[in-house]
Amino acid sequence: MTTTEVRSSGRGASRRRALSARAVFAGPGLLYVTLFMSLPLLLILVYSFLNRGRFGGIVWEFTFENYARAFEPVYLKVFTTSIVIAGVTTVLALALGYPTAYAITRLSPRWRTVALVLVVLPFWTNFLIRTYAWIVLLNTEGPVNSALVDLGVIGAPIGLLYTPGAVVVGLLYAYLPLVVLPVYASIERVDRQLIEAATNLGASRTRAFLDVTLPLTLPGAMIGAIFVFVPSLGNFVVPELLGGGKTVMVGNLIRDQFLEARDWPFGSVFALFVVALLVALFALQAVISRRINGRGRARA
Amino acid sequence: MTALLTIDHVSKAYGSIQALDDVTIDIRSNEFFALLGPSGCGKTTLLRCIAGFEEPDAGSITIDSTAGVATDLLALPPNKRPVNLMFQSYALFPHMNVQRNVAYGLEREGLPRSEVAARVGEVLETVGLTDKAKARPAQLSGGQRQRVALARAIVKRPRLLLLDEPLSALDRKVRAEMQLELKRLQHEVGITFVVVTHDQEEAMSMADTIAVMHNGRVQQVADPVTLYSRPANVFVADFIGDGTLIPGSAAGGTFTALGRTLPCANPASVTGAAVIMLRPEFLSITAVTDPEVVLEGHVMETHFFGGSSTTVVRVGGLDAPVVISSPGAPRHGVGDHVGMTWAAADAVLIADPGRDPGSS
Repeated sequence: MTTTEVRSSGRGASRRRALSARAVFAGPGLLYVTLFMSLPLLLILVYSFLNRGRFGGIVWEFTFENYARAFEPVYLKVFTTSIVIAGVTTVLALALGYPTAYAITRLSPRWRTVALVLVVLPFWTNFLIRTYAWIVLLNTEGPVNSALVDLGVIGAPIGLLYTPGAVVVGLLYAYLPLVVLPVYASIERVDRQLIEAATNLGASRTRAFLDVTLPLTLPGAMIGAIFVFVPSLGNFVVPELLGGGKTVMVGNLIRDQFLEARDWPFGSVFALFVVALLVALFALQAVISRRINGRGRARA
Repeated sequence: MTALLTIDHVSKAYGSIQALDDVTIDIRSNEFFALLGPSGCGKTTLLRCIAGFEEPDAGSITIDSTAGVATDLLALPPNKRPVNLMFQSYALFPHMNVQRNVAYGLEREGLPRSEVAARVGEVLETVGLTDKAKARPAQLSGGQRQRVALARAIVKRPRLLLLDEPLSALDRKVRAEMQLELKRLQHEVGITFVVVTHDQEEAMSMADTIAVMHNGRVQQVADPVTLYSRPANVFVADFIGDGTLIPGSAAGGTFTALGRTLPCANPASVTGAAVIMLRPEFLSITAVTDPEVVLEGHVMETHFFGGSSTTVVRVGGLDAPVVISSPGAPRHGVGDHVGMTWAAADAVLIADPGRDPGSS
């Protein structure tokens, strides 16, 4: 009896200590996230149910009007365009990024580091400058057009700039590293002995890749896809600069509602849509990743 | 019985490290064969050469096909060799359940679904995992995973099953059980087993034949009893079992060490630097005054194990103490001055050409 009491009270004290230690370590980050992420998000949620003020801001009157308007054809079209452009960008990013990541894992450790640095190198340059560079590359007098003319692929320069294609190119360029890195990490984590086991059991190299590497790296590839898809959907700089304002995406819509139309509640609705989509995608990724690794805890 | 697997003068180097140095071993059909040695001795490299994950620099590995014709293993890609490997880490596919893990190899052979299902069911029955067929590896215990790995390898009915440290990931109690089970399975399925291990007890208790390896070379290939009672060289004598090695020199039919002649078996068989190996159970302690006494020293420690005890005696002039085991409780206390005797036939004389005879 007494020993149990002593032990349980001791356990209580150590649990309290563990809790306070956790508060010390997690506290600052938690406070930051609450103040600058959760609260603004909550604010957006509240705004989306209110009426707009005449010169921006909000009027405290409850309404579903903003949500009803969001489903008008003109806005639905913006949504479908955005999803198509972001979707195409994501598929291309996976198609280019997965083989790149795979190739990097086959390099010697030293060249692996070099390759990874090269992949993230563009991030060290300003995003706007990088996007402007594509204007130079893609315009009618630009190097891409003249190269195509010189090679005889086309007779005269064509309008590459200010097309949905240019937007995809710009987004792809911007977010490709975001698919390479998580895919690289997940391929690197696949135990080489699993490939050897598949080989020993009679699988060819291709078969072993399809049966072992691919399914085990699917969660990583999905993370990469989400990392590309979501910011592509919300991006408004690339559609404006490379799409010439002709291609309107959700990001542009949100920006316009807040800064030009000054309809904060309506902008909030779209902002929430994007957040909801993001949450849904991550949930899907988590479910699939659990499926792949067995119902229990993921393999260390 | 003819050799099933012939490893002929195989060498493999990684840079300046000679992992395999002219290895020649014959493994007979239906044998439980063990490759035994300390870590880094080359046993795993040899295993990987047989499986096809490493390529030897020189030599050949052939397997006797059913028609009695030798097939060059090295000419086959790893996925076409009639050899299956059970990995030390088990390497179970985490995204497949037990049944699919075991079925994987049969599916690669393109067997009809019904046959795959029947053979998987059969082998799961053999290893006692029928009720775990739908479980994922992450949901199994270490012993269960080991049995899945084994099932996955034997379901292919290979001519040769390679097992890389099959028991090292298990705790002591499960290990003893699995040792018996492996032995039973080997009899049951009639497959030749080649086990790589650093654990001599494991090798001694399971294997019919053991190859002791050291520094990429085969030191001795023999059955466990021969290995223990007639080690071929000083390394094997030292590595296998407990015992005391006394360095000296042999000449003219006598072995001399510590300034006196010590009795040993076949003293005329060796000339030059040599050692004699004394197993603890063949030594006996007597009074110093006994005229039979060969060596004498002072008791350093005694250990009592219930049925038997060991006495550790320090002998002047010897670096390592002499260990004597005897039935019952120790009869001498620490510090006692005691004598030791042994029968000449029980002291094994081994040539030690690497040592200068004068240095003892």
